[in-house]
Amino acid sequence: MRKVFFAALLLAGSAAFGQSVIPNDPGVKPLVAIRNATIVPVTSAPIPNGTIVFGNGVITAVGANVAVPANATVIDGTGLFVYPGMIDASSSVGLTEIDSVPGTVDTTELGDFNANASAAVAINPHSELIPVTRVNGVTNIVTVPEGGIISGQSALIQLAGWTPQEMVIKSPAAMNIRFPRLRSGDFGDVPQDEEAEKNRRKTYAAEIDKLRDVFRDAQAYARAASARASNKDVHRFDRDLILEALVPVVEGREPVVMHANLARDIRAALAFADEFNLKVILSGAQDVAEVIPDLKQRNIPVLLGPTLALPQREDDPYDLLFTNAKTLLDNGILFAIKTDEAHNTRNLPYHAAACAAFGLPKDEALKAITIYPARIFGVADRLGSLEVGKIANVIITDGDPLELRTNVKRVFINGEDISMQSRHTLLYDKFRNRPRTQ
Amino acid sequence: MRKLVAVLLFACSAFAQERVTLIRNATILTITNGTIENGSVLIRGTKIAAVGRDLAAPAGAQVIDASGKFVLPGIIDTHSHTAIEGSVNEISLPNSGNVRIADVLTATDINVYRQLAGGTTAALVLHGSANSIGGQSQIVKWKWGHPISEWPIPDAPRTIKFALGENPKSANFRPPEGQPRQYPATRMGVEEVIRKSFVDARDYLAAWDEYDAKKKRGEDAIPPRRDLLMEEMADILRGKVDIHSHCYRADEILMLLNLSDELGFKVRELQHVLEGYKVAPEIAAHGVTGGTFIDWWGYKAEAYDAIPYNVALMTRNNVIVSVNSDSDELARHLNQDAAKSMKYGGLSEDEALRLCTINPAKQLRLDHRMGSIEVGKDADLAIWTAHPLSSYARVDTTFVDGEIVFDRQRDLQQREAMKREKQQRLKAEDDAAKKEKSK
Repeated sequence: MRKVFFAALLLAGSAAFGQSVIPNDPGVKPLVAIRNATIVPVTSAPIPNGTIVFGNGVITAVGANVAVPANATVIDGTGLFVYPGMIDASSSVGLTEIDSVPGTVDTTELGDFNANASAAVAINPHSELIPVTRVNGVTNIVTVPEGGIISGQSALIQLAGWTPQEMVIKSPAAMNIRFPRLRSGDFGDVPQDEEAEKNRRKTYAAEIDKLRDVFRDAQAYARAASARASNKDVHRFDRDLILEALVPVVEGREPVVMHANLARDIRAALAFADEFNLKVILSGAQDVAEVIPDLKQRNIPVLLGPTLALPQREDDPYDLLFTNAKTLLDNGILFAIKTDEAHNTRNLPYHAAACAAFGLPKDEALKAITIYPARIFGVADRLGSLEVGKIANVIITDGDPLELRTNVKRVFINGEDISMQSRHTLLYDKFRNRPRTQ
Repeated sequence: MRKLVAVLLFACSAFAQERVTLIRNATILTITNGTIENGSVLIRGTKIAAVGRDLAAPAGAQVIDASGKFVLPGIIDTHSHTAIEGSVNEISLPNSGNVRIADVLTATDINVYRQLAGGTTAALVLHGSANSIGGQSQIVKWKWGHPISEWPIPDAPRTIKFALGENPKSANFRPPEGQPRQYPATRMGVEEVIRKSFVDARDYLAAWDEYDAKKKRGEDAIPPRRDLLMEEMADILRGKVDIHSHCYRADEILMLLNLSDELGFKVRELQHVLEGYKVAPEIAAHGVTGGTFIDWWGYKAEAYDAIPYNVALMTRNNVIVSVNSDSDELARHLNQDAAKSMKYGGLSEDEALRLCTINPAKQLRLDHRMGSIEVGKDADLAIWTAHPLSSYARVDTTFVDGEIVFDRQRDLQQREAMKREKQQRLKAEDDAAKKEKSK
């Protein structure tokens, strides 16, 4: 089927192929001016009837009274809106194609301690998921390894490029730890008898001990490496790729995304992080409202979500996951909203909107999927808002991108004019034009 | 006599308890008769008694001022596995059409309450898709707080779940070690299971016809042995049971439609039907409806060609389409899936709203009592804080059969009380444990 589809495309005479089989104009970074649009820079007030200019992949001017360069391609934005591309703080786009076909899935390495596994090396720039995601305005994602206890290194990427290297903005973006859990939170997870309970506790303690061992080794390794770097007389030692990957983590140069949801697990993860002076980003965090002081005291940002998901316990408030964002805002804790999705990472804005329906101001919901994730991952100098000097990841819409009915009309990544086609639009066009034979 | 008195007393008390509620100043999305700005809905007992612009509150009515808010009929989910106790799949046989969801429904699944908080009030509760013919489904209202015996809708049709493609061919169900895989292993085998079931059912019917004819003629006859599975299959052929069939790929959809022509049964709703857009004219020509996800795709090979435009393409081909959930989570915001059909394929607001209200009601043959806000219909509806096609909308109050089964203010108050109660109980347990230890 796939072959037939591909052949049909070739027959249709598409000349250039960018991502996937989608025609595009990659590498070309035109000088573009969008005029008469409502510009929403995110980090400052919306500009009605504004202009934004970008060229060579970078934003060069934003404002109400901006001169349009004579050689710019001008887009009339009358009645339209311009936003920065949205950023999903946790996704697996690029690492998976069809979930049930293991040969197409590269999210989860074997074993518990895969600090050296790097998402950046396994990204498929030609995945069908990439165009599907970006045509709804999501231009960047943090793509995250899964499984085990130390899952590996995530990468913050652009959703456009010929090679993984062209796509990567920052790698590693963070080390990912799925902190050991006593319970998964599901009702079915409660051990059936005392013996099972005892065993579970034993495994849990053993997992944390093992993690602690790995980190102690990493600290020792870091000290040894640094000693040898400054003094060649220090005894040579064999390299260990797992410990080597943890050196920037134990030296506090690379953040750790701690995946934990229940209050007990979050506290245990934070205590562990204290022990090793880790720079923590908390992820998941369903019980975040119960650990506010713990987070404030350590100045820890949070990746919330998916918000369109079920609370873990039967007696949780039905709206728990919708209200957490407001709680964090009220307490001055920096947060981003994420999907943990792959195929529907495109629905990122609706995960943010769900929080806005339950008290989060709309502009904060937008920030949680633009500038806040950029800040959390240390790329706010390049991404997350429409400001001069930033990478031109720009989307044009006919309304609020958090609204379900809003259409994304144009997408620019790196200032490149991205095709609005995807596997989905191509199949749509093919079958809406199916001849009536009956 | 005593019995009669009891009945009268019951009737009186029922009458005395008849709730009357007036929702005022709301935008009423009637679905079948347009939108009424500044409108009112009068609920009397379990039914909608009046809908209009200026309705006076009858004496004793509870009046709800819904200024700035929207009233939508209760959302109907034609693909639910909520409120099932234990496993959803019988698995053991290719055709387990004699098992019944009605036997395993539970009234305490918290997801029912969560769905009411999302405006969903009724569902078709189905088996899983491990078997080509899974079992008898059950149409229910989410009558939270009522005994499970009150959940099935009395005049709802009998329904049965079929499944095609990857799941029944057991690609996704690895048998325990040492046990062989279960037939069928291909889409050929799936067709064969369904074909054989109906061929057998025809023979079964013929045997009974023969017997009945002999009896009628006054001849001696031995009745055929009753077979509960064949009874069910025969009832499908008699048109007494609606088929709701899980399917993905266009070829398997056509297989089922062709088989239905050949063997004389009808398919009511194609479930999932993610490639329905490829064969929408054929589906429409068979008078079959479709319930689908708006944007799920790529989770398995047969979902790789799923596109969010499926809903619009099928709708434009005159297929009655609903968006349904197959998920405790998605069932909480089917309005949002409906809304996406405007962006993916350009359905109008009205068309989008129908996807989760009157269309599923039609698919379940319950549009005479559900799916729109009309006088005489069941008072299943919800009051929304914004237009339900907005991502910022949430539900304030949900009614099922005229009764408030979810109310946000009540929920907010209750959760404080529940929190206190939980703490007290945990403390009591803790104290008891300490006491036990100190002994």
